[in-house]
Amino acid sequence: MTASLAGLLPDVAGHFGRYGGRFVPEALVAALNQLDAAYRHAMADEAFQAEFGALLRDYAGVPSLLYRASRLSESVGANILLKREDLNHTGAHKVRNVLGQALLTKRMGKRRVIAETGAGQHGVASATAAALMDLECVVYMGEVDTERQALNVARMKMLGATVVPVTSGSRTLKDALNEALRDWVSTVEHTHYVIGTAAGPHPFPAMVRDFARGIGVEARRQCLDLTGTLPDAVGACVGGGSNAIGIFHAFVGDEGVRLYGFEAGGEGIGSGRHAARFSGGTPGVLHGTRTYVLQDDDGQTLESHSISAGLDYPGVGPEHAWLHDNGRASYLPITDDEAMAAFQLLCRTEGIIPALESAHAIAGILKIVPTLREELGREPTIIINLSGRGDKDVETAGAYFGILK
Amino acid sequence: MSIAVAFEKARAEAGPAGRERPGRALVVGCMPAGFPTVEGSIASMKAMASAGVDVIEVELPYSDPVMDGPVIQKASDIALAGGVRTRDTLRIIEAVAATGVPVVLMTYWNPIEKYGVDGFARDLAAAGATGMITPDLIPDEAEEWLAASDRYGIDRTFLVSPSSTDDRIAMTVEHCRGFVYATSIMGVTGAREQTSSAAPELVARVRAVSDIPVGVGLGVRDGAQAGEVGRFADAVIVGSALIRCVLEAPDESAGLDALRTLSADLAAGVRAESDALAPLGSLARPEAAL
Ligand SMILES: Cc1ncc(COP(=O)(O)O)c(C=O)c1O
Repeated sequence: MTASLAGLLPDVAGHFGRYGGRFVPEALVAALNQLDAAYRHAMADEAFQAEFGALLRDYAGVPSLLYRASRLSESVGANILLKREDLNHTGAHKVRNVLGQALLTKRMGKRRVIAETGAGQHGVASATAAALMDLECVVYMGEVDTERQALNVARMKMLGATVVPVTSGSRTLKDALNEALRDWVSTVEHTHYVIGTAAGPHPFPAMVRDFARGIGVEARRQCLDLTGTLPDAVGACVGGGSNAIGIFHAFVGDEGVRLYGFEAGGEGIGSGRHAARFSGGTPGVLHGTRTYVLQDDDGQTLESHSISAGLDYPGVGPEHAWLHDNGRASYLPITDDEAMAAFQLLCRTEGIIPALESAHAIAGILKIVPTLREELGREPTIIINLSGRGDKDVETAGAYFGILK
Repeated sequence: MSIAVAFEKARAEAGPAGRERPGRALVVGCMPAGFPTVEGSIASMKAMASAGVDVIEVELPYSDPVMDGPVIQKASDIALAGGVRTRDTLRIIEAVAATGVPVVLMTYWNPIEKYGVDGFARDLAAAGATGMITPDLIPDEAEEWLAASDRYGIDRTFLVSPSSTDDRIAMTVEHCRGFVYATSIMGVTGAREQTSSAAPELVARVRAVSDIPVGVGLGVRDGAQAGEVGRFADAVIVGSALIRCVLEAPDESAGLDALRTLSADLAAGVRAESDALAPLGSLARPEAAL
């Protein structure tokens, strides 16, 4: 049932079961309807698909490679295939979504884009697409994040974007989102809000998924070509959920393929300092959608914590909430320390410096390999979405390992 | 008092000449619960009511108020940092409603869902509130709220905006009871921009499909502007300007004095004759969010 439903969801109002929908000021409804119409039209329009496909191929370097990581495989006792989204232009999967949304922006006749960013990856990708397509670009970024991701702030500015540090609330990604929504409420006539993940009000979760779902479509075909079979499992980190839903979606109907999402366990669930919405949150409404949220007994959003800015968000995309509740995907927390150990392992075994976000996916897979081996009675084949490269995180990782002061 | 009775009384008053509708507009004054403290917010609301504010709009402080500008954000943050809880908001409503002034609650949706929609409607009615404004809940997602508010007799105020289609305006007012909230400009609370014609136009679009009273908010700062909006609206909703009285005061009693002065000015504004008012267009002055 899950498999057959997956192709149909969300419903016309953007619901994934009890999740999703639109919890927004009325002022945004017209813009969301306009976006929904443009998105539906584009999805069915061969000319749009051809333009999007050509841009991804010629500009972003898509399809990304599926690489058999032999030394990592050997060290963990599983056949590990890395989906190399880190090799895309701008260094992460996010470029797929922003190119799609930038094309839509032009179709809607809008000239300005705004974006929120945590790690800065989505901000950089948005600034890149804006430069390429001659759009004005303003990026909202929590002040805390502008400090820990200074390199990406510089990149956005070089690309011609305006970066606005957000000083309200916890000064991280959720507050950047609030500020971007406030901007949008007053500028919606000429501005498109490029949400950076598969969350927010309908149609964003479905639209961002559809722009990112090439990851899974490619990986599925590449895996069949490479190994002759489907993988036993697919794993990805889950911030808002775009890279995870992007790689999961093509596999949802393949019942033998286990799906694992890894969220930020920060300093541990017990510490209260984490971003584990499924392990430490409850269903609620945040940023326009119903989903799992880190919140207190009064429904006030709790601050999230993670060494990785891109996973440091108290909400999660509604389709993941649905996949979680119906059991099709499993979501597990990974602590900062576990992620950093995996980060180092990938550096040393494969010569690949991953984004801290992606390091959570590596760490998660390391944890589940023993169970999978036992269940299957053989070495499992596992695809890990290597969502981004770690250049932006050199300072954080350098400090963690005592290489930089 | 219910908000319907308050509107009826205001309609029966003499009111300024040349107004589209009989009587005068109501002044709705907004204050976050627990700002700066639970007792402080009760004192503020009572001061506003005693100085001429007709309806008290209690805002439930929320961590992520996306429809609010910097002033309300700051006041909400102060209330939350002080530890205010949803139950305190209900207690504040009870204390203020007991004085006889109509009280409506304005709240983002998640705290209500977390409390339990039916239980909240029950407790809100028991506290004496007459209605609830939901800035991030549109009727499309409001099934549970429609049922609960019907069960306990709470009036429902949804928002309409200049960008709403005629169909959506009709659908939205059909689900409202008490009054509908017209966000007269595209923007967050406290912001002020765009042309002054947006508000009367939006009100006229509501009037074309319904007799329901229309409240107009976002950006009114003084009696003159209240009078201007009151010419075409049934209620003038004032938030940031009132809150700023408390935010900027050196101490509590100075804050209450400033609140009383502004409340009296607003009350006079909606009663004043047109020629004593600011010329139409003063509302169009572009100004950064305050
Ligand atoms: C490299 C990388 N991976 C993952 C994420 C998390 O986002 P999502 O869950 O939407 O893929 C980010 C976010 O900034 C990122 O930069």
